[in-house]
Amino acid sequence: MLNYLVKRIFTAVIVILGVSTAVFLLIHVVPGDPIQAMLGETALPGNIEAIRIALGLDLPIHQQWLEFMRGLLRFDLGESLYSRRAVAEIIYERLGPTAVLAFASLVIAMLIAFPLGILAAICKNTIWDSLAMSFSILGVAIPNFWMGPVLILVFSIGLGWLPVSGHESISSLVLPALTLGTALAAILSRMIRSALLEVLNEDYIIAARARGLSTLHILLQHALPNAALPVITVLGMQFGNLLAGAVITETIFSWPGIGQLTIESIQRRDYPVVQACVLLISITYVFINLVTDLCYGMVDPRVRVEQ
Amino acid sequence: MKFRMTFPLLTILCWGLVALLAGILPLEPDRINLEKVLVPPDWQSWLGYDDLGRAIVDRLVMGARTSLLVAICVVFISAVFGTLLGILAGSIGGRWDQCFVIILDIFMAFPGILLAIALAGLLGPGILNAVIALSIVGWVGFARLARAQTLSIKHREHIMAAHALGMRGWRIGRQHILPLITAPLIVEATFAVAATVIAEASLSFLGLGVQAPAASWGSMIREGTRYMLVAPHMVLAPGIAICVVVLSINLLGDQFRDRIDVRQLKPLS
Repeated sequence: MLNYLVKRIFTAVIVILGVSTAVFLLIHVVPGDPIQAMLGETALPGNIEAIRIALGLDLPIHQQWLEFMRGLLRFDLGESLYSRRAVAEIIYERLGPTAVLAFASLVIAMLIAFPLGILAAICKNTIWDSLAMSFSILGVAIPNFWMGPVLILVFSIGLGWLPVSGHESISSLVLPALTLGTALAAILSRMIRSALLEVLNEDYIIAARARGLSTLHILLQHALPNAALPVITVLGMQFGNLLAGAVITETIFSWPGIGQLTIESIQRRDYPVVQACVLLISITYVFINLVTDLCYGMVDPRVRVEQ
Repeated sequence: MKFRMTFPLLTILCWGLVALLAGILPLEPDRINLEKVLVPPDWQSWLGYDDLGRAIVDRLVMGARTSLLVAICVVFISAVFGTLLGILAGSIGGRWDQCFVIILDIFMAFPGILLAIALAGLLGPGILNAVIALSIVGWVGFARLARAQTLSIKHREHIMAAHALGMRGWRIGRQHILPLITAPLIVEATFAVAATVIAEASLSFLGLGVQAPAASWGSMIREGTRYMLVAPHMVLAPGIAICVVVLSINLLGDQFRDRIDVRQLKPLS
């Protein structure tokens, strides 16, 4: 187990190093001169030079990389070209709203996916199963940049129940979280169904049934814990999609999180902030996958033995 | 044939036909008609007009062409590069393969289309840059699958025999490995088309894909969100188009997967 832990953490560190390097290189994919692109055609040569030096783009590339990495270790992500404030500070302000949105979406996704997945598995090949799986297939096909406007159309404009955008109250969290959550719920419910179906055929479930245990008891005590592993894996992997989806969802609902900041910074050509946002989201994703992997042993004793 | 097969096939056929015929049909997707601004659907124009009085049907057809074009280009480029590199890494093995896996891991650490959004944003908006950005993200799935499949079959006897007969590496790859791993790759490609349709529309929605006045389903939704109070039809039509197309491709992919029954394949979202 310890061996596995060390190896897994080592891989994560290498991947984070690679991701940082890739993000560092992002600014170098800007065609032509990135500073010129940022300031526009009418920029004065003196200004271009000043920003180049401020960004450290006048140094040789390996030195730029070292500076970038050194900065990262000190959580120094440079200065925004737009507002002249420290990038770390800007990011810090936006962390809260994104964390709240991600958490709320996760809760909504689980609240939808578990009942649906369980219902579909228990009532396999009935109308309930078909209905639940239709939701799943449809949920994957509906992009969140359409889901969001449609929800606004129905609940804000049509029924007037919820605000269109903003983040002042709990009610303004509902629509963005629902937009992000349903997409995740669609994938998750399908996974829960298939994981449960596999488990429900096992001998110990039949034995439990023969002992006269209630369906609810069998589900909660015997089936769900054993079906948890693939579900947790999918949850960890899909969390990344949730974060990427937040970029679009936050833009739709003017939710002041990291996602909205990413798009705003792309539009302003504020490269250091774009780099920081992409880096932060990716590292969070790597970290969450690491935690999910490490959780396996806790959730499922069989994994501990095998490793 | 079952409904689950006919519905997706018909939809995809329609999508392809409409996209192909877009150049021939008498369409006026860019014609501004100020008298028709935001006019809702009626019997003469099925889907109504947008904020500049352009017919939404015409723009929907042009959007179909955009999404098909981008999807085919991206999936083709990703599949060719990904498969090639995957087979190469899988058959060479050793240190090179380990390095390759780390590179794949690094690419996969960027969740969803985040990297594509960043790349498209930095490269500058435009359909070509969107294709480049999506291809840079898209090859990874194919490479991973091709590598895993190659690893699972490379010790088969007929491949050992080919080695023993002194066949060159690339010929073994082309003649003996590729044909055996094509089926799962086709399934992957089907799901990749669906994912690319959504990804292209997402980029265009964010203003990073096709540029005005060219039409994309994503940019049509973006334009429509500003007029949702007065003209909800602007948002509904392109959204339904995306959903139906993506739903059909995913259903088709499911059918393919059931046919070949490769359990290790994961559904793309």
